[in-house]
Amino acid sequence: MKALSHPRNPLRLFSHYGLLILLTLLVLGPLLYLLTQIFMTPDEASQYPPKLLPSGLYTGELKNAIETVPIFGFIFNSFVLATAIMVLQVLTAALAAYAFVYIRFSGSRFWFALFISTMMIPWEVTIIPNYLTVKSWGWLDSFQGLIVPFAASAFGVFLLRQFFMQLPRELFEAARIDGCGHFRHFVSVVLPLSGPAAASLAVYVFLNGWNQYLWPLLTTSSDAMRTVQIGIAMLQFEELTSWNLVLSGVALVLVPSFVLLGLGLKPLVRGITAGAVKG
Amino acid sequence: MNTSLYSDKSSQVLSPASVVSAGTTSNAGRLRRLREQLLGYLFLSPSLVVFILFLFYPMVRSVYLSFQLTDPRGRVAAYVGWDNYSRMIESSAFWNSIWITVKFTLLTVPAGLVLGLLCASLVHSTGRGSKIFRFIFSIPLALSVGTASILWMILYHPSLGMLNYLLGEFGIGPIEWLTDPGSALGSVSLMTIWMNSGFPFVLLLAAIQGLDNDVMDSSRIDGASMWRTFFSIKLPLLSPTLFFLAVVSIMSAFQSFGQINILTRGGPADSTNVLVYSIYREAFINYQFGTGSALAIVLFILMLLLTAVQFLALGKKVHYQ
Repeated sequence: MKALSHPRNPLRLFSHYGLLILLTLLVLGPLLYLLTQIFMTPDEASQYPPKLLPSGLYTGELKNAIETVPIFGFIFNSFVLATAIMVLQVLTAALAAYAFVYIRFSGSRFWFALFISTMMIPWEVTIIPNYLTVKSWGWLDSFQGLIVPFAASAFGVFLLRQFFMQLPRELFEAARIDGCGHFRHFVSVVLPLSGPAAASLAVYVFLNGWNQYLWPLLTTSSDAMRTVQIGIAMLQFEELTSWNLVLSGVALVLVPSFVLLGLGLKPLVRGITAGAVKG
Repeated sequence: MNTSLYSDKSSQVLSPASVVSAGTTSNAGRLRRLREQLLGYLFLSPSLVVFILFLFYPMVRSVYLSFQLTDPRGRVAAYVGWDNYSRMIESSAFWNSIWITVKFTLLTVPAGLVLGLLCASLVHSTGRGSKIFRFIFSIPLALSVGTASILWMILYHPSLGMLNYLLGEFGIGPIEWLTDPGSALGSVSLMTIWMNSGFPFVLLLAAIQGLDNDVMDSSRIDGASMWRTFFSIKLPLLSPTLFFLAVVSIMSAFQSFGQINILTRGGPADSTNVLVYSIYREAFINYQFGTGSALAIVLFILMLLLTAVQFLALGKKVHYQ
């Protein structure tokens, strides 16, 4: 089967891989540049014409970046923020999805339609009132201000609902006959089975939280509360910093994202495709 | 905080399980149904509270604010009716930012789809090494707007940047990537295509892998060329995914903000002042929450129209199996 669908003729094979390598260079080029820059000494980095490769693995600028900028503080803040949003969203979504699939209550179709319709509201449209709300509660520059507005998502409810509907109905009936209530059924049957779907949602939500830009920009002002994306963007305005110091900061911030991508690419892809195919 | 308030209620609802068994049979049935009803709302309540506080209420408040004049602290100063809207429609800056948003969308979305389709088709038909390429083209998924923008800001530096150096080797340039009003939007778009290239790739690869291999192979055996197979069979079968991607990418292009804030701040000469950036500038730099909200409502209506187009087009032009 597969043999038919890939080229065997040498010329075609050559152009096939040639094109792939060209595209790889386009996608990886900026990242390779980043990788070579961070190991250069400040002198090497400021040469013109620019050096393509560092003369050795100099780690002084990485250390310098860690010392001059509270980069681990930024990473810690983003980690707390993204983890909290992830846990809350998976939990609230699982509860709501459970209700839509297993609990018979009047108005459930109405609420589901309403939940889905929230996907049409762009977050930017609500940002002014949300900013004013959070400000009036005294939540500016705090974790709750960064986390609570994102504690639920219609996308999560939708994704988990699709998954719950595919779980065998017999399990539910068996549990009911055993006298198992909704809470016990939810905790001991549905949650353990929803691992793959919950993992997809979790990776997706975590990356989105880690990459948030506009909301932390508006609601945080002290260095102690800055998230990575804002912190890293602030580096460029420091007049005296050299380029590869800034790039070292960028590289450090990218490490957790790459680790997560390496570990979670499969569930992430599954989540994206499940959302897309049914959406 | 909000949820704890609700879980207090939950213990009241749940504990009198004994009441159910104590009642007569018809009563028990009614109680069970009532309990089921309450449980439904209990399970929904955490999401519902968040949606009400941070989506529905602000949506209504945005509409309300768009008819008001506010002081710099966001308090309503006076009702001005449709003034915010009429001034917006009369201002050339507003139409400029709509036009910039449309241009930005046209520059990023089609190119992003073509690139994604190209990479996905190539990887799918690759035998040896396809896993490596699949990982490489998925890498941009890990990029964020903050890191990607800073990286490109340095690449785009007019005199010392790597891009102008490389182009100079071919005798081109130097290009004023971000400082020339004629090229700034193109530069921001180029970086955006790169940053967002992971999502279309991943989705299209999954869609291509999901296609029925038998259909592909039989058409190949029938003697259809690679290109014909691609255009007359693959593309129509992929159209639901492509269509979904187009809608999602257009929506995300309409909501772009971070790269513009970091790379150009809407400039030079407003040449990259997209709609969301103009909302940000109006509300959080000029502290005009009223006119800012009017702009936000325009964004909402545009998104609603896009969604409507999606629903109308679905089932008509798009091929479903």
